[in-house]
Amino acid sequence: MTEGIEAKERPMTFTSSQPTTSSGASVVLDQLVRDFGKVRALDGLSLEINPGEFMALLGPSGCGKTTALRVLAGFEQLDSGRVIVDGKDLSRVNAQKRDMGMVFQSYSLFPNMNALNNVAFGLRMRRQSSSSRRAKAGELLEMVGLSDQATKYPHQMSGGQQQRIALARALAIEPRVLLLDEPLSALDAIVRAELRDQIRSLQQRLSITTVFVTHDQEEVLSMADRVCVMSKGHIEQVATPSELYGRPATAFVAQFVGISSRVPVVLFGQEVELFGLRCPIRSGDGSDLTGALDALLRPEDIAIEVDPEGKGFVTRKSFFGAMTRLVVQVGELSVRVDVRSDKAASIDLGTHVRPTIISRDVLVASRKEVAGIAEEIPK
Amino acid sequence: MASLNNFEEATFLAQSRDESFHVAEVSTGKLKKRRHFRWWRFAVLAVAAAYFLIPLFAGIRFSLQDTAGKFSFETIAALPSAPGFSAAFWLSMRVTFVTVLISAALMVPTAIYVHVRVPRMRRVMDFVTVLPIVIPPIILIIGVLFVAPVWLKASPYLLSLMYVILAMPFAYRSLDAGLGAIDLKTLTEASRSLGGNWVKTIWSVVMPNLRSGLMSALVLTLALALGEFTMASLDLWQTIPVWIVSTNGLPNGHIEIAAAMIGLVGACVLVTLIVSLDRSQSGRGKAGTK
Repeated sequence: MTEGIEAKERPMTFTSSQPTTSSGASVVLDQLVRDFGKVRALDGLSLEINPGEFMALLGPSGCGKTTALRVLAGFEQLDSGRVIVDGKDLSRVNAQKRDMGMVFQSYSLFPNMNALNNVAFGLRMRRQSSSSRRAKAGELLEMVGLSDQATKYPHQMSGGQQQRIALARALAIEPRVLLLDEPLSALDAIVRAELRDQIRSLQQRLSITTVFVTHDQEEVLSMADRVCVMSKGHIEQVATPSELYGRPATAFVAQFVGISSRVPVVLFGQEVELFGLRCPIRSGDGSDLTGALDALLRPEDIAIEVDPEGKGFVTRKSFFGAMTRLVVQVGELSVRVDVRSDKAASIDLGTHVRPTIISRDVLVASRKEVAGIAEEIPK
Repeated sequence: MASLNNFEEATFLAQSRDESFHVAEVSTGKLKKRRHFRWWRFAVLAVAAAYFLIPLFAGIRFSLQDTAGKFSFETIAALPSAPGFSAAFWLSMRVTFVTVLISAALMVPTAIYVHVRVPRMRRVMDFVTVLPIVIPPIILIIGVLFVAPVWLKASPYLLSLMYVILAMPFAYRSLDAGLGAIDLKTLTEASRSLGGNWVKTIWSVVMPNLRSGLMSALVLTLALALGEFTMASLDLWQTIPVWIVSTNGLPNGHIEIAAAMIGLVGACVLVTLIVSLDRSQSGRGKAGTK
């Protein structure tokens, strides 16, 4: 709570005198392979990131997202593949020569230096003069709203302040790429939300190519230009947040991003029958549609009408402000449906309802695959 | 609803009162216990102090007596001119200085390397660094004298090399504990991402945050090198401890005890100096903890 108050006191500000990065660099990760013993952390990962783009790497623990970021930073060596930044192959270039600013998950400020010296550290490594270092570090501190903390040591600052200093330090060297390794995960909810907005606005202001690793969907959907969803060392889908949520390409993405209800279906050509209605299918990339199948339905893909003769009845209600999430039991199935709260207010538990599909098509995948994914993803 | 709220409020207040009652009760109990424990603490402290201070006091008293048993600084004043003392003193200083240098040069990079690059080796290092404690120094020095080339045997700095081994358990473990207390991996990676090479990273980021561990390592190495007798004696070098033993022929032994006491006081002053320097430095920034 203290962090939130302190962080609110002096928001990040942008003035014309503040340093800017002219344009971001393009990044190409080309067929990255990295093994840790018998475990393949990166399995031929290929990804292109546009200059100035905010790319998020999202996935469950152990999917390889952090390894990909560390490979890009130069902290992990590749078994094969290439890291290309602005057309130059950096695969064999040391971390200290890559010009990439990084903000870490744990507070990584140097404890023996005050905030100003922390921010100026990268400039010192670049042999800039003391006066220019101090001037630039001061500007960066002002940019993150912490110029009054210049003489404070890390242990005298809150977690949110430390991460803002770490961000300023990473930006001070005018990096070609900004790497963010779950920088918000150690912060409390209020500071996290605030810093999230500040990082995004700063990134847009500086047009700096940014790669952001997280397992927090809310962060990803609110911050990123594009999201790369990873699983078991490979990419499941690269898309904008809205596309990712609305049109998941694979069963994994549908289950990992947002909430999906699994409904067993039978295939009729290119359609399936759901709640008595035929609906076109959208199969996942490379999905095998033989054997038992499941449809993956978002809560907003389904609508309900109160109907005493309806096959479903409401078993649970969860209030989420404007929307209320209902759990509707239809035979042996249990599906989640989002309803406007004013409408949901009149629907009591046990009310019989008639569910219908309102999505133009539904994602269908092999039941075996879906069950395997459900076990992989901690919900 | 209002009545429900009042009811909840009343229940909460009652619970709060109950809790505060318990807290008060517990606090009173603690106070009683604390008084009870204070007496024992004092007793333990007094016994420990007596155990260490009585021999020390006896030694100082003995060294401040003349041959007639009267209080006098005569023996202390005579110490610098005692035969062989100056040579032994400067030899001890040189050997100790070189020992501390070699120990720091070897142990610091090793400990950092193990922590950053091969953390799985920490258990192996724990075992290896204990070995000099279980192997008697006499075995080590005889083995080394048997295989060492003549030019090395002829140099007093063979002792420095041996003292580095003897001090390894203390020096390495102090550094290991110091490194374990900071998030070394993140700090080194942060430095490298900002353009710092390994030398700059170790010098500017690791060493300042390793200050306490480094100081402990250096103090322990220094104390060991100043006080070691077996190896120096067998290698036929007259360091201060060897000189003290070899001057048995001097009258009444006052001067040897005076030398030992001065060495002890000197070591205490040095340790206090280093610790206070460390504390004053710590005021500028606490080492980051995990």
